[in-house]
Amino acid sequence: MTASGLDTPGPLARTLFAALETVRDPELDEPVTRLGFVASCSVSGGAEDRTVEVHLRLPTYFCAPNFAFLMVADAYDAVAAVPGIARAVVLLDDHFASDAINAGVAARSGFASSFEGEALGELDELRTDFVRKAVMAGTDRVCRPLLAEGRGPEELGALRLGDVADSPDLAHLRARRQELGLPASDDAPLLVDPLTGAAVGIDALPLHLRKARLTGVNQEANSGVCRGMLAARYPDRADRADHADHTAAVGSTALPQL
Amino acid sequence: MYEKDGEKYFIVDSHMHYWDASPQNWVAGQENFAKGWIECFHAYQSLGPPETHWSIEHFQKYSEDDLMSDVFDKGHVDKAIFQPTYLNSWYSEGFNTTEKNGALAEKHPDKFIVNTRFDPRDGDAGFKKLKENIARWGSKGVKLYTAEWYGDSRGWTLKDPEAYRYLEKAQSLGIKNVHVHKGPTIWPLDKDAFDVSDVDHAATDFPELNFIVEHVGLPRIEDFCFMATQEPNVYAGLSVVIGALMYARPKFFAKVMGELLFWVGEDKMTFGSDYGIWEPKWQVEGFVDWDYPSDEFSDYPRVNTDTKKKILGLNAARLYDIEVPAECRLSSDAGVPAARDDAALVSEGSPAKAAV
Repeated sequence: MTASGLDTPGPLARTLFAALETVRDPELDEPVTRLGFVASCSVSGGAEDRTVEVHLRLPTYFCAPNFAFLMVADAYDAVAAVPGIARAVVLLDDHFASDAINAGVAARSGFASSFEGEALGELDELRTDFVRKAVMAGTDRVCRPLLAEGRGPEELGALRLGDVADSPDLAHLRARRQELGLPASDDAPLLVDPLTGAAVGIDALPLHLRKARLTGVNQEANSGVCRGMLAARYPDRADRADHADHTAAVGSTALPQL
Repeated sequence: MYEKDGEKYFIVDSHMHYWDASPQNWVAGQENFAKGWIECFHAYQSLGPPETHWSIEHFQKYSEDDLMSDVFDKGHVDKAIFQPTYLNSWYSEGFNTTEKNGALAEKHPDKFIVNTRFDPRDGDAGFKKLKENIARWGSKGVKLYTAEWYGDSRGWTLKDPEAYRYLEKAQSLGIKNVHVHKGPTIWPLDKDAFDVSDVDHAATDFPELNFIVEHVGLPRIEDFCFMATQEPNVYAGLSVVIGALMYARPKFFAKVMGELLFWVGEDKMTFGSDYGIWEPKWQVEGFVDWDYPSDEFSDYPRVNTDTKKKILGLNAARLYDIEVPAECRLSSDAGVPAARDDAALVSEGSPAKAAV
């Protein structure tokens, strides 16, 4: 960590890192820390005016500005809320819309006013759409091992969340369902419609699982492309897991140099 | 033609370019965009095998000789289909225009097919230009960028009334194939530029046209597949899929191919190298050798020699009425390439058809 003002990566640095870990790429549904999107995080000033400055970077100069805006704004909210931080500066580097995004986030203005004349609305709906996709992809990750054990779609359709052994994937799925206000307790069905939360009917189960798998495959493939592009753009910081398949990278310790 | 293990593959590269992104062609005041664009493309090339990487200078502007050698001499391609990308706001002479492509095609008869483009926001003047281009270059296909900015407009959709007028006009002028760019893009800012629902509408209302969704809607493959499975005249353009994933991410590539084969089917997938992003040679050779890497993929549709022959050339040859030498055709029991009703999931009673 570039920790000017801090002797060593101490409790504050760890807290800041933990805060950034809560910031996700909405499309890939992974923390920006694990994706290598945090270029640096430094702290300056004393107890009265302690300032954190975070730099984010993305795989390409033209990454979608709507998602970029969400990540910068979320990162700002996350680090600004850390106790002891008086001022937060979050800057997106090397992006065609860096200036508009950075100024908009710093001014705490929304997306539409940051891109006046170029955007029609805020991004809540977009974010919600992608949390729904994350629920489908998460469903696939939880169900795939069960299917591999030989359990059929109908059997999965009868399961409750509490019937499934605890795992990081299950916790992830529950968290995404909670975000959408979908049932997420132990007695909730494992397979639900991501729009309504209703249990998936028996006839629709095979297709539901196919759709979940496809959504998961799409997310993994995108993640693979993004990691590859980031590594090409910032070779000095290449994610070590890059040329292995992504499943190996999940849960890895490929953390950015904070 | 590419020959391997006694099998002969007729290769149609259905999505490739001849661009000039050198600094001399950058529009003053727009240098950051022009530079950012080509650097972004160049980064995509890094996802191919290292020995196929070019310097940024070479990548910005490759010569006619480079193209002819990379695509035809080394790249095994029998017929290449130019897809134009104008970007006139950043590149003075355009990035990759119908005219630039067409001039090269005229020097090398029988090697290329020159597609053109239209933008419904061009109004009547656009009709005239479209007609001229089709007459001048014999275009049978168009490449469309629905997400492109234009004055105050932040993109358009295929279901706009103006777009329908253009599709009718294009069809009456002999256009058969509509390649729609649904893939990595920057525009518009706030809408989801990868939305493919407009293709769904247009494909239903223009059943005589073929809609080839380039880059299969990446990064929204699932939306594309759910839509494509319902439309007999929607095809999956594999440009970027092979180039970005086959070498760099073999496991994901296998999954994506498995999903496409399941949802769309081998009769409706077309190879495109996306040259100059990637050379066709390694893509063709690698794909002919390709199979699922392990048992993990056992519930995806199988691939065989006929599958690869269709995807690498026969499907596109049929869409573009390209004559295929007898020695490269399918064995008689292997079905008809590009058949609209042959994709398993489009048949009546399939689960995907019923419930999507």
